[in-house]
Amino acid sequence: MAIKRPKGSFLEKNLHIIFPLPAVVFVIVMMLFPVLYTLFLSFTNWNLTSGMPLSIVFLKSYQKVLREPRFIAALGRTFSFTALAVAVETILGMIVALILNREFRGKGFTKLIMLLPLVSTPVAIGIVFNLFYDPTIGLANFVLTRFGLPRQAWTGSAATVIPSLAIVDIWQWTPMIALILLSGLASLSSEPYESARVDGASEWQIFWRITLPMVTPTLLTALILRTIDALKTFDIIYAMTGGGPGYASETLNVMAFKYSFEYFRMGQASVILVFLFMLVLFMSLLIVRMRKSLEL
Amino acid sequence: MRAALIRKILFFLVILAIVVPVLFPFLWMLTSSFKTQVDIVAWPPRLVFSPTLQNYERVFREQNFLKYFTNSSIIGISAVSLSLLMGLPAAYSIARYKQKRLSMFILIARLMPGISFLMPWYIIFSRLKLMDSYIALILSHMLITLPIIVWIMSSYFETIPIEMEESAMVDGATRQRAFLSVVLPIAGPGIVTSVTLAFIFSWNNFMFSQVLSMERTRTLPIAIYNFVSYAEVDWGAVMAAAVAIMAPAIILTMIFQKYVVKGLTMGAVKG
Repeated sequence: MAIKRPKGSFLEKNLHIIFPLPAVVFVIVMMLFPVLYTLFLSFTNWNLTSGMPLSIVFLKSYQKVLREPRFIAALGRTFSFTALAVAVETILGMIVALILNREFRGKGFTKLIMLLPLVSTPVAIGIVFNLFYDPTIGLANFVLTRFGLPRQAWTGSAATVIPSLAIVDIWQWTPMIALILLSGLASLSSEPYESARVDGASEWQIFWRITLPMVTPTLLTALILRTIDALKTFDIIYAMTGGGPGYASETLNVMAFKYSFEYFRMGQASVILVFLFMLVLFMSLLIVRMRKSLEL
Repeated sequence: MRAALIRKILFFLVILAIVVPVLFPFLWMLTSSFKTQVDIVAWPPRLVFSPTLQNYERVFREQNFLKYFTNSSIIGISAVSLSLLMGLPAAYSIARYKQKRLSMFILIARLMPGISFLMPWYIIFSRLKLMDSYIALILSHMLITLPIIVWIMSSYFETIPIEMEESAMVDGATRQRAFLSVVLPIAGPGIVTSVTLAFIFSWNNFMFSQVLSMERTRTLPIAIYNFVSYAEVDWGAVMAAAVAIMAPAIILTMIFQKYVVKGLTMGAVKG
């Protein structure tokens, strides 16, 4: 219910402006200006180490970055990492949510366990997985050899590094999708289920025809939020491989970080960032659109 | 009867198949933190070993970990408190005046890649000689904590019936007074949720501190990262450090479990 007539003092009349003002000013100063500044820098060739003043080169930095094979590879990798991680998380998360969506002893405890990865420090988690993946002493290779499978280099080889990193992301974030879906499932009304059972529908039919359509809005929002975060994944990649071996696990975020804070090529780093936040912005607008259309 | 029992056992096994993989890295981290280097590098990996506390000793004595612990706490607590101060009135206004666009604007801070503000901050904070200062770190962490607080609290305030304030206002209270003395006191659960999550995400942040902090204001995630970048990895000490970093967030989660679940899943479930 919205408020109709403001009355009283200046503060009370303008409460809807004064109350959010500090937060809005903060976000404008700390986020909007920096983002615009980054946008501006992307039209320059500024290099912090060269000692030269920045000069505006318009689209030259864009040309340079777009011609860089390292950038194209990082772009593709950002997509493949995200697609792999989010796809597995969604499927696993759905399965887990369907299993947990009933009353049983220890349900509270199970949900507590599922929360733990979500609140864990990603850098620390990355390092724990590095111990698993260690080619000589790691548990991962021990398990493989036990099953008679060949040892893997995991994060040590270009061929396996992306899936190995995706496993960490999947471990950490599948529980989030599961928990979101679980609360979505819990809010469904039982009526359609009862009538479907009366009509003799199988569990499989019930899932496809009733459950899935009803949780789709929840699932989509969870999926998009997760996609945005996966596109931005930084901590575990930087901590586990630093983008290596070579550039084999370098995503846009990691590449932009290196361009900014290792090579100090601010102009080109800004170009990479412009691409990254266009991606994120696109996904964010998708959320807004989808919510609007689903609520109608 | 027997069929029911078998079903029960099968279901229990399925639950185990969910819980064990989630829990396993934590258990491995915890046990490794009590192992000597010899036990850690042993092949095949040892499950039975004589536990030692020397890793924890090393981390806290030699690595100055307490200082980083304090830094993380100072930065997290300050960022959360300041965000509450700004975020609660904003969230209230968003909820009561239906300021959807405003809420979207603040939410974008949560969605944007952090590095797109970090690079300009780095340039500006260097100019202002604010690198390695608590101010710079607190301000940067507030961009993590503020959106979480606004997001959670605005949906929470929406669940509080507007009649609560209206009856106070009929009695002559101003709207701002009604907010302070009627709405806030019953918003406890929402505040707990948002504060817990905001603090945890500030505590876990790596990127901002990695760039803006040096020795004086270094936070825990950076400390553990630096540990590993040395040539020979002292796995026992690193695992002890990992346990120390994650313990506060995990303890908070256990205490406020109900709230944390709500906070993490709300918004996605029809909002």
